[in-house]
Amino acid sequence: MSGSHELSRRDFIKVTTGIIGGLIGAVVGLPAVYYLIDPALQAGGKEAWIPIGKFEDMQLDKPYSFSFTRVQVNGWERTASSFGGYAVRKSDKPEELLILNSRCTHLACTVNWNEAANGYLCPCHDAKFSKEGEVLDGPPPRPLDVYDEHRITEDGIIEIFFKEG
Amino acid sequence: MWNNIYNWLDERVGFNDLYANLLDRPEPKTSWWNTLGSASMFLFVLQGLTGIFLTVYYTPSPDHAYDSVQYIMEGVAFGWLIRGIHHWGATLMVLVVFIHMLRVFFTASFKYPRELTWLIGIGLLLTTLGMGFTGYLLPWNQKAFWATTVGTQIAGTVPFIGEFTLKALRGGPDLSALTLQRFFSAHIWMIPGILAALIGVHLFLIMKHGESHWPKKDD
Ligand code: HEM
Ligand code: FES
Repeated sequence: MSGSHELSRRDFIKVTTGIIGGLIGAVVGLPAVYYLIDPALQAGGKEAWIPIGKFEDMQLDKPYSFSFTRVQVNGWERTASSFGGYAVRKSDKPEELLILNSRCTHLACTVNWNEAANGYLCPCHDAKFSKEGEVLDGPPPRPLDVYDEHRITEDGIIEIFFKEG
Repeated sequence: MWNNIYNWLDERVGFNDLYANLLDRPEPKTSWWNTLGSASMFLFVLQGLTGIFLTVYYTPSPDHAYDSVQYIMEGVAFGWLIRGIHHWGATLMVLVVFIHMLRVFFTASFKYPRELTWLIGIGLLLTTLGMGFTGYLLPWNQKAFWATTVGTQIAGTVPFIGEFTLKALRGGPDLSALTLQRFFSAHIWMIPGILAALIGVHLFLIMKHGESHWPKKDD
């Protein structure tokens, strides 16, 4: 048959095997990829108002530390993750509170207020942030993030707006 | 350019020789029954792949095993498909391996010079059954728990070494976290390793001897 344009029996077998094998591979392979990345595609982003403390307990110009945990369902398990930050009071007006997120903007370690250093220090790569969150030293690319929505309740408790994810 | 790359590699690896020796061997006129060994091997690879994917979510601990399987079935996209293939593939593999053995028996292909191929084949059957036995416990549901209780209890009735065997299989006198963990280890590492090695020798011998003739009337 060689030389003719007709498909030889052997080539026919090869091509059919290839096509059928490819089809089977795709039918199982594509769902398998989806199966692997599925957790990354889950919609997160639950929202909540979280109380962080009484306004009257927050002293002028002295960062007020707060923390809270959120329970998330990951797979078949409930996992508690902690979050936190510092509320910096500037005046008597609750709306002028500056509420910083203590998650370092470098690689997400938790920063701590240090009175002696007059700044937030990050234990991971020695970053230093000012009281208002500006980068003073170290590798972080931008100032500390802020929780930019907050409100005060009738009982004088500050609540921040928190969005997961 | 692809031709050049191919030729360069072929000179060093010898694709053409490999192809001629592995896939283009002369065969006596045989039948579809002779494809069952390849079918067994295909199922082994399929079980291996789906098994690897299952370990992405499956957790071998009494606290999590059941829930993680439940999650695979209901929580993860196409988890039911991956587990389904692995589940039914396991049964099918035992069946196909067994029929393969029957065909080798009925065509008397186990005779000289293929006795060793047959012996290795027995090892393959036993390890395939071992995969089924160890895998059955992993979902950690009632059926799994009691099937393993019974299975290991049977091993315990062997004279003299029975009690030791039972404890070695369970990792203690009773079914526990240790049992689940060691069955998992056997199921994903030890037995597949042995199985793969045996398949390697099996195939080597088959290539060395070539396929046996389908027996004729006067054989
Ligand atoms: C995981 C299990 C097994 C795999 C992957 C496997 C694979 C294969 C393959 C690919 C062949 C080539 C020809 C054919 O398919 O007939 C073969 C032949 C053979 N198998 Fe198996 N096999 C397995 C189990 C067994 C068992 C349980 C036995 C017997 C106890 C056995 C004994 C033989 C013998 C004697 C041959 C040579 C047959 C001949 O030359 O005609 N195998 N095997
Ligand atoms: S994570 Fe804070 S400095 Fe690197």
